[in-house]
Amino acid sequence: MTVREADKRVLQTPFHSRTSALCETNLWSPWKAYTVVDCYSVLTNEYFAIRNATAVFDLTPMTKYRITGKDGLAYLDKLMTRKMGKLSPGRVMYSVWCNDLGHVLDDGTVFHLKENHWRLCSQERHLDWLLATAMGFDVDIDDETDDVTGLAVQGPTSCQTLKTMNLQGVENLKPFQLKYFPFDGTELMVSRTGFTGDLGYELWIAPAHAETLWDALFAAGKPYGILPIGTHALDIVRIEAGFIQAGVDFVPALEVVRAGRGRSPFELGLDWLVQFDKPVFNGRKALLEEKEKGSRYRFVRLDVEGNKPANESFIYNGKKEIVGHVTSATWSPSAKMNIALASLDMPWGRTDDEIYTEVYYNRELQWNRLMARCRVVGGAFFDPPRRRKTPPLNY
Amino acid sequence: MSKQYDVIIIGAGHNGLVCATYLAKTGRSVLMVEANKQVGGAAITREFSPGYSVSACAHLLHLFHPQIVSDLSLTNHGLKLAATDLHTIALAADGDHLTLTRNSVNGNGLSASDRTAYSEFQNKLRRFARIMQKTFMVRPPRLVHKNMTDLMNLAKLGLSVRMLGRDDMRELLRIGAINIFDVLQEDFQSELLKGVMGFDAVLGSNLGPRSPNTILTYLYRLTGQLHSNGSAISVPSGGMGAVTSSLRAAAEAAGVEIRTDMPVKQVLLDVDTVTGIETNSGEQINSAIVVSNADPKTTFLKLVGARNIETGFVRRIDNIRMQGKAAKLHLALDGKPKFKGVDENQLGHRIVIAPSLTYVERAFDHSKYGEYSNHPAMEISIPTIHDDSLAPTGKHVLSAIIQYAPYDLRAGWESQRESFKQLIVDKLAEYAPGIKDQISASELMVPPDIEKEFNIHGGHWHHGEYTLDQFMMLRPVPGAAQYATPVNGLYLCGAGSHPGGGVMGLAGRNASIEILLREKVA
Ligand SMILES: Cc1cc2nc3c(=O)[nH]c(=O)nc-3n(C[C@H](O)[C@H](O)[C@H](O)COP(=O)(O)OP(=O)(O)OC[C@H]3O[C@@H](n4cnc5c(N)ncnc54)[C@H](O)[C@@H]3O)c2cc1C
Repeated sequence: MTVREADKRVLQTPFHSRTSALCETNLWSPWKAYTVVDCYSVLTNEYFAIRNATAVFDLTPMTKYRITGKDGLAYLDKLMTRKMGKLSPGRVMYSVWCNDLGHVLDDGTVFHLKENHWRLCSQERHLDWLLATAMGFDVDIDDETDDVTGLAVQGPTSCQTLKTMNLQGVENLKPFQLKYFPFDGTELMVSRTGFTGDLGYELWIAPAHAETLWDALFAAGKPYGILPIGTHALDIVRIEAGFIQAGVDFVPALEVVRAGRGRSPFELGLDWLVQFDKPVFNGRKALLEEKEKGSRYRFVRLDVEGNKPANESFIYNGKKEIVGHVTSATWSPSAKMNIALASLDMPWGRTDDEIYTEVYYNRELQWNRLMARCRVVGGAFFDPPRRRKTPPLNY
Repeated sequence: MSKQYDVIIIGAGHNGLVCATYLAKTGRSVLMVEANKQVGGAAITREFSPGYSVSACAHLLHLFHPQIVSDLSLTNHGLKLAATDLHTIALAADGDHLTLTRNSVNGNGLSASDRTAYSEFQNKLRRFARIMQKTFMVRPPRLVHKNMTDLMNLAKLGLSVRMLGRDDMRELLRIGAINIFDVLQEDFQSELLKGVMGFDAVLGSNLGPRSPNTILTYLYRLTGQLHSNGSAISVPSGGMGAVTSSLRAAAEAAGVEIRTDMPVKQVLLDVDTVTGIETNSGEQINSAIVVSNADPKTTFLKLVGARNIETGFVRRIDNIRMQGKAAKLHLALDGKPKFKGVDENQLGHRIVIAPSLTYVERAFDHSKYGEYSNHPAMEISIPTIHDDSLAPTGKHVLSAIIQYAPYDLRAGWESQRESFKQLIVDKLAEYAPGIKDQISASELMVPPDIEKEFNIHGGHWHHGEYTLDQFMMLRPVPGAAQYATPVNGLYLCGAGSHPGGGVMGLAGRNASIEILLREKVA
């Protein structure tokens, strides 16, 4: 029996012929409507490809919206908490967007592709909200998720790989800059962006050229240790970089069922993304009020004592009262640290607070419980200078 | 920049005038800016043919609150009623009409049980309406903010429901949210009686007798009968415009400055705070408080602009249901029309064509699918019976509200207005056979015409459908139900706000109280 084309509920990305050929583990997960690889072969190898060589991640399922029209920037300024006025063509900006309660609907990146033409990339689907926000603006919004495919090419040798692919001048791209290159008779858009906190790029092209792109990339990357990576390896590096993920570190506000379970940007440690000196934007009133009255939660990055990942753990204060919980945790091979992202009740999570996480672990069917002391860390756990250096060094 | 005012009110409808006067009485400088040449909004008298004038939109006064009349000394400012305590005459094709008053119904062939049922039903529903009416004088409570006043008002509401006693309370909860069609079937036999009562529930709405919420709208109508003076239905001397002329006189006496023929283009803002207004002609006038008598869609989507309001709120405003379905017919008549079975001294009362519930429901059915009713229902008033100022001596004016005329007629009104008018006149002629020969001039206004002339989005009677989801703390939408809005310094005072439309004046009064409470102006 086979599934009729019309009955298919799970889509394959335009790279499927390539990804499936390389996926030894046969570990796949759904991501929005698509199926994607969790781990191709050995997780450790994939992780170290990101940090030591060139790693390739298929990000086709990323939700993408095309925003066009003369009011685009004003529109984005209303949608986003961050000032988008500075976003000139050829630039990319990261921001969050909120509902009227000031709770985060999602985070994502806006690409100013060309004059009066933008792309918004996000984890969740937002067409309804984007259209409602468009009232009063001269803009058009279209879902282009299926019209554009993407590959993240990340790691210290990623630039060399792209240069070898003959993308001339790619080394001059600064972080959050984008550029078009001729490729396979079409345009290949390359942005210096990523979810790894490392040197890296994202490549965007029409689906018809996907396989050609993949093949050219892997041919060029061969001397640079190129390897495809799945979602598991990516998850480790994004926690190392301190990046939050929708649905994991916060519940997108439109999916929140119980009142108050959403989180504001302040409560996610994203204060720097909220800028009040601009016209009305969604969440403004609530966020101003929160700024005045204080937030309910504090989002922190934790260095956890020991080496047992504190996944899904409660966090306690010195008096053994629960004051929060871990949202993401992992052992960080690069920082050599047991790290976690956590949401704490105010006022906990100050630098000098004495806090612990409760870690359970299993040794040959014997469960052990550990109260591990946590230290609040300022920035990313791992933040190599190569992430920003332009042009990147050859490794 | 010209003179600075404490308050600017956009629109001089009756609610705007009421609000302005209460505010000016406390010493605030108030400027009213009205788009039309005449104040009064949908409550005006105007000529529709040389020598013939009519209440151009609202024509019967039945909700106007006596407290406003006395607070603003409207009688001293010229308000006079030409006739009060009008009955309702429910026309029958065979001339056997019914006559309805507050407590009684009479007519040939009406059963004794229908007569008793009528007064019992009216009494019962008036007890329910009284509870509703109590909430009309105060701002609707907000549920989430735990404000003391709101909690008290809510407690009072709860208490008055409780005080109904067990049986009444149960009955209110049983029928409160359902439709008048089913409820009337329980108690009445006469199709004509049920027809006219059902018509009263749907007048001015985008609802048929079988639509949910039609008990709510019926109760709304009954609140008018509870006023201290008890005058259920009246005709002002000089037409509806006389009400708003007296309001204008009261406003000016209190020091309100009124500028007409001056449409406001936009509310001026500093990010999310009002700084004044700009007129179509480009004049900018400053004020830290701007009150809008315009409907909520006009106010937010046009005058403030969707860009300047957060998306969740924009979406709520955009979703307000406010498609007008009532049309207005004006006839200049060479003499008194003769309705079958209606004698001359009954002619000045309120005359209704709604022969059965099914008739009204069928009329509604057409409008659901973008057609006008083949057999429309209507409310007729011949004000010249009481008031000779509206037409040349011996001549008459007939004013009728016609249901249903959908705002967006599928075939387009431009090509259909005339045929609909003919159809209405034909319908009238079924009951008043000689009327066609008496007509010397006529005018039909369908909802897009009403929208255009009175600047009401959708041409809707209430500035927003009167239903439970757009009622009280949900009126016009959560976040603006207490007259204040998400835009600092911007208030609403029109029919789109609690307690709703009709020539009543309470939205304007309540708004003024709220503004005085919230804004500490010099
Ligand atoms: C066909 C019809 C028949 C009706 N019959 C009756 C009836 O018999 N009895 C009854 O009690 N009620 C009746 N009503 C309802 C009643 O007329 C209205 O509910 C009531 O008049 C609303 O009063 P308001 O002051 O809130 O608003 P409005 O009367 O609508 O006043 C709003 C004012 O704001 C002005 N405005 C709007 N935008 C601008 C702008 N940009 N700049 C400046 N000014 C602006 C408008 O010109 C208008 O003057 C009827 C309604 C309709 C449509």
